Amino acid sequence: MLDVQNIRKTFNPGTVNEKTALAGVSLTLNDGDFVTVIGGNGAGKSTLLNAVAGVWPVDSGSISIGGADVTKLPEHKRAKYIGRVFQDPMMGTAATMQIEENMALAARRGRSRTLRPGITRDERERYRETLKILDLGLEDRLTSKVGLLSGGQRQALTLLMAALRKPDLLLLDEHTAALDPKTAAKVLAATERIVQKDHLTTLMITHNMRDAIVHGNRLIMMYEGRIALDIAGEDKKKLTVEQLLAKFGQATGSDEADDKLLLG
Amino acid sequence: MAGFLSALPGAASQGLIWGVMAVGVYITYKILDIADLTVDGSFCTGGAVFVVLFAGGVNVWAAMLAALLAGMLAGLATGLLHTVCGIPAILAGILTQLGLYTVNMAIMDFKSSVALPITQEDMLNKLLVSLRFVQGSKSGYPIWRHPVVVVGLMTAALIAILYWFFGTELGSALRATGSNQNMARAQGIDTNWSKVLGLVLSNGLVALSGALMCQYNGANNIDVGRGAIVIGLAAVVIGEVLFGKVFRNFALKLLAVSLGAIIYYVVITAVLKLGNLNANYLKLLTALVVAVFLTIPYWKGRYFSKPVKPAKKEGNPHA
Repeated sequence: MLDVQNIRKTFNPGTVNEKTALAGVSLTLNDGDFVTVIGGNGAGKSTLLNAVAGVWPVDSGSISIGGADVTKLPEHKRAKYIGRVFQDPMMGTAATMQIEENMALAARRGRSRTLRPGITRDERERYRETLKILDLGLEDRLTSKVGLLSGGQRQALTLLMAALRKPDLLLLDEHTAALDPKTAAKVLAATERIVQKDHLTTLMITHNMRDAIVHGNRLIMMYEGRIALDIAGEDKKKLTVEQLLAKFGQATGSDEADDKLLLG
Repeated sequence: MAGFLSALPGAASQGLIWGVMAVGVYITYKILDIADLTVDGSFCTGGAVFVVLFAGGVNVWAAMLAALLAGMLAGLATGLLHTVCGIPAILAGILTQLGLYTVNMAIMDFKSSVALPITQEDMLNKLLVSLRFVQGSKSGYPIWRHPVVVVGLMTAALIAILYWFFGTELGSALRATGSNQNMARAQGIDTNWSKVLGLVLSNGLVALSGALMCQYNGANNIDVGRGAIVIGLAAVVIGEVLFGKVFRNFALKLLAVSLGAIIYYVVITAVLKLGNLNANYLKLLTALVVAVFLTIPYWKGRYFSKPVKPAKKEGNPHA
């Protein structure tokens, strides 16, 4: 579903702040894959997701989604294929607009926007039903401004919006990192439900090794702009945190994982 | 006092005309979150296009339409400078505004002021609004020709159209762009196109207001738009401070902007007339009024905020 070939990205080239964030990453996701991504700060996790989402163009390499080459498409055109949830709960929703208006915007992702009504009566009913999956009581607050919701509620809503029109690819960028543990668990549970229900191809960054092991059918670990580890299938199911650390040490010759990842 | 009272209908008329411009400013300043300084130039552009076409014998509605389109072009220039050339919005507006001075002069054949042929009775009667219609029965003009009635109806129609537009898919995309660009792009909205469209619409209305003001004054002056953006902001902010708590519906918010413009103009007229001040004090007064109204909400939040009450239990409090 997603095919990333040898992409590179260097920020601030030619300056003292030059930073090679992606040093030739290739990654292929099959239809229905749920891949978790871990790695320390600056390993290139978010850069990889942003490259796929098209936040800025990559220096070289190619990206295709569902067979379509999107390497040169700007962010808003790639949105046709991609549902996204950001790390910052404020980023994924429009605070000054109502819950139902936000959902109506998401329901039109990737379609041309015309002078047809921005939201219809049928949609409202549908959204009320859809919101129940979150179990947060939002179905009774359709006309509340999103700015009134808590970070967890906003993140859950963003997640729902990302999947409202079934995306070819769901990108989750540490979407529970800014939440308290209890809320994070709820949002993660909702993520699992939504991904399962629509059999979504998903790329999820997490800072939590346990979450990375528990969720998904494949795990990749990034280190210095490369994929250092790629574990799938039965190996992934049996994986423990200790094994993961050991494997990471072997793969990179670094014990950095202990400090940076466990503290994360 | 008598001077102020007799000036009241005129002040209300001018306020309503500025209100049309203020609704345009609302689109950029409140909906798109852009302070667009093109306004000072495009207001005059509207008047200039109108005065030249109307004096040349063009139908009044056609001349108004042309003014609207000219304003839209000005907005397009700012929009392209901002999105295609990557110039910060505020600077893009300043550049267009500066350039428009020459354009406006050129439209008016490099004269700093052009009068409408209102001394000819038949030409005057073709105008939609004029200072000469204000006096009502005294001047022999029927009440339905009073600028408050004419511009009031136009404002109502304008609010209705904008209310419809911002409820459409396209209008919602514009609102989302102003609210959160990251979110808008993630939902497939071309935020650059949204901004250009907003600037085009806004400056179209500003120019339309300029065309009305030109008719009202019976002439277009090259300086007529100076400080227009500040008057627009004054209307938006006064409307918000005075009616924000009550007017929640989008159409009512636009109405608040129009009312804000009227209140602004009536207050300014009162100060000038009652204090017997020279009209040249107007700009300083306007700047002060806007500064005060922009300060109020900020200080209210900063120094007079009430302790936050614990939130009511709603759904899951931990979520």
